[in-house]
Amino acid sequence: MQKANYMSNTCAIPNNIAQSREQVFQINLSKTHHEYVIALAGNPNTGKSTIFNALTGLNQHTGNWPGKTVKRMEGKFRFHDRHYRLIDLPGTYSLLSTSTDEEIARNFVLFGKPDVTVVVVDSTCLERNLNLVLQIAQITNNVILCCNLIDEAKRKSISINQQSLEHDLGLPVVLTSARNGDGLDDLKKSIEEIITGQIRPQPFAISYPDELKEPVETLVSSLRELFPTLPNPAWVAMRLLDGDQKIKESLDSAELLPTLLNNDSSLATESHHLPSPSNPSVNTIFKTADHLSRSVQPVMHDLFVESLFLDAQRITRRAVTKKTGIRIWDNSLDHLLTSRIFGIPAMVILLSIVFFLTIEGANIPSQILADWLFQIEGLLDHTFNYLNAPWWLTGFLAHGVYRGLAWVISVMLPPMAIFFPIFTFLEDFGYLPRVAFNLDRLFKWSGAHGKQALAMGMGFGCNAAGVIATRIIDSPRERLIAIITNNFVPCNGRWPTLIMLASLFVAAAFPSALSSVAAASTIVFITLFGVLVTLLVSKFLSTRTSLRGESSFFQIELPPYRRPQFLRIIYTSLIDRTLLVLWRAIVMAAPAGGLCWLLANIYVGQYSLFAHAANFLQPMGQAIGLDGVILLAYIIAIPANEIIVPTIIMGYMAAGQMTELDSDFELKQLFVQNGWSVMTAVSLMLFSLLHYPCSTTTMTIWKETKSVKWTVVSNLLPLSIAFAVCFIVAQTWPLLF
Amino acid sequence: MKLIRLSELLLGQSAILKEIKINGLQRRRLLDFGFIKDSEIQVAQRSPLGDPTAYWIKGALIALRKEETDNIFVEVNQNAKGQLYE
Repeated sequence: MQKANYMSNTCAIPNNIAQSREQVFQINLSKTHHEYVIALAGNPNTGKSTIFNALTGLNQHTGNWPGKTVKRMEGKFRFHDRHYRLIDLPGTYSLLSTSTDEEIARNFVLFGKPDVTVVVVDSTCLERNLNLVLQIAQITNNVILCCNLIDEAKRKSISINQQSLEHDLGLPVVLTSARNGDGLDDLKKSIEEIITGQIRPQPFAISYPDELKEPVETLVSSLRELFPTLPNPAWVAMRLLDGDQKIKESLDSAELLPTLLNNDSSLATESHHLPSPSNPSVNTIFKTADHLSRSVQPVMHDLFVESLFLDAQRITRRAVTKKTGIRIWDNSLDHLLTSRIFGIPAMVILLSIVFFLTIEGANIPSQILADWLFQIEGLLDHTFNYLNAPWWLTGFLAHGVYRGLAWVISVMLPPMAIFFPIFTFLEDFGYLPRVAFNLDRLFKWSGAHGKQALAMGMGFGCNAAGVIATRIIDSPRERLIAIITNNFVPCNGRWPTLIMLASLFVAAAFPSALSSVAAASTIVFITLFGVLVTLLVSKFLSTRTSLRGESSFFQIELPPYRRPQFLRIIYTSLIDRTLLVLWRAIVMAAPAGGLCWLLANIYVGQYSLFAHAANFLQPMGQAIGLDGVILLAYIIAIPANEIIVPTIIMGYMAAGQMTELDSDFELKQLFVQNGWSVMTAVSLMLFSLLHYPCSTTTMTIWKETKSVKWTVVSNLLPLSIAFAVCFIVAQTWPLLF
Repeated sequence: MKLIRLSELLLGQSAILKEIKINGLQRRRLLDFGFIKDSEIQVAQRSPLGDPTAYWIKGALIALRKEETDNIFVEVNQNAKGQLYE
């Protein structure tokens, strides 16, 4: 293949570009001398993460971008004895708007100065994707265009002329189908060729619209004067004209200047001699920019993006051919999954299937895990006895701390390990954006965003994960609403309680043939009630509180349905979600177990502390259809909802440790002896649904909002609702039945 | 040709995008999604609750609320079969 167009034989760039840079500013990348940094950019849904996984295998880890709550994926790979560090940038449509993701991606390409930036694009949708490619190629020369999903393009009879693209863009182009492993070696080879200087891409210079030429040139000449080594003054000038505050900050701060300027380390070390912050000449440039931008501003962004798209269109027309007369839209699935008649029922059925698989599938592993973990408790007990440990130490550690831990793990881990992969499967398949699409109208009514539905879906697994998932919502107001209301979808830790109550009390009220249907319907009903409360509370927050506001816009891409990748699903859901939740069990549930044991075993007078506290809470509990023991169990179980039922049993039996009964029959008998009725069960289900987030979720809320006020609101608001709803039920029930 | 609102377009109908009377970040996002003057756009699917609606534009399916499509003006494309069939 003829690479002459962008290739230079002079090899002026030595293969030690990486070494010449002492540090990568702002990004905190500590790198060894022999590692090259490769950035992976691209639109969402282009299979970028598949490329990432295919290149790095299991050799990857996650972290956060400095100062941001955005996940950062990083991995390593080797090719021909060179070591590469691959950084997965957030998926973005452009670098011109102002979202956090775009800022991160842009800052990394600009200030992190990766050795090579690979832009992954969807081959079936090349024209729109080229927009981002052209923008990135304005910032850095070392860009590779990776046309992924080439198999999908073939299926749609779209063919891409690689040579034509390379010629027009001035960039190396590789065609890949990462899912099948095709083209990855070409990609690695291209990376290597840029690193070794065999290829020196000379990106196509985008044509600025006529109206902008003059202002850009004016700014470029002042920028050149002040920062002679600035590699891309025209791009910086464009950003200044567009009123980009972040670029101003970067130019104004001496800290960032060296990275903006240097291509070799000598400049970086001389950073003190560079213009200092608020340097008058920098300010003059800003003033000129502001002045110039006033004349072009209203149309500037449009003009620029339109000219980018015209370029993209021209390039695509030359490179892409489609066979005509072939139906390319074969998405008949959407006629079902988002249709007027079947859309919502299909969603409820899918949700029910997910619950069913999670609950049923978890039963046996839970039992095995419980047997095994409680055997260890027996061993612990023996060991302590053998060592003549005092009874309270054995009790506290083995029957308190360890038992709490074992309980939570055996109740929680199996459903998590089933729920999250299924959820990720739906995510991979492309169904989740359709859920937002289906439900957006309801959320619009409540002043919130359709994407809140996705965070709620995640909340069914774990509310802490649900709170993190609200990051996909751009508007801070709508995001806060989504965070505060996530508690109203019951998480895996609450399912067992709901199921037990539904089957012991509600189902029992029906003839046996209908009992399992009754139990299942109760669960679905409770879940839908939670959704209703979510919508009402969102409406309340967006009309009556300081979160007042109209629902903002809703723009979401519905990606094509794609065959999910099972291995990746299992890997990411294990790493990202299940392990996180498991860790929480260890730090939260163990102390709760210890506390529980202490309360039950420290006696004041005739009764244990537990009994005293339960007595104290009794009137309040009764007012809302519960009792003192249940309320106390809820207080102890703030760290982990999973231990509610064992704690209640412990309270009723006046036992010294959390206890479980062998049969449902015995369990029901115990409850009935303690005054439970169907109303108690209903109140308890509602309380469990509404009450307040567990401590892990509360901590996550604090981390995400950095606001004590909203963290407190997220707890007190649900608690008041739980009390109000249960109070109404308790007071009206006797009148109705 | 007469300009009509994108929201007035019927399911399956295709049109040429002429004007976006929306400003700020919302406009920028639309541009990023390829809502550029003279692009072809086609109504693909309505949400079960009637709103939002998904449109084909530049080979991708993008969903927008009625508030937005009320302010996007298009020219109905009588001849083109749209992107459903090429």
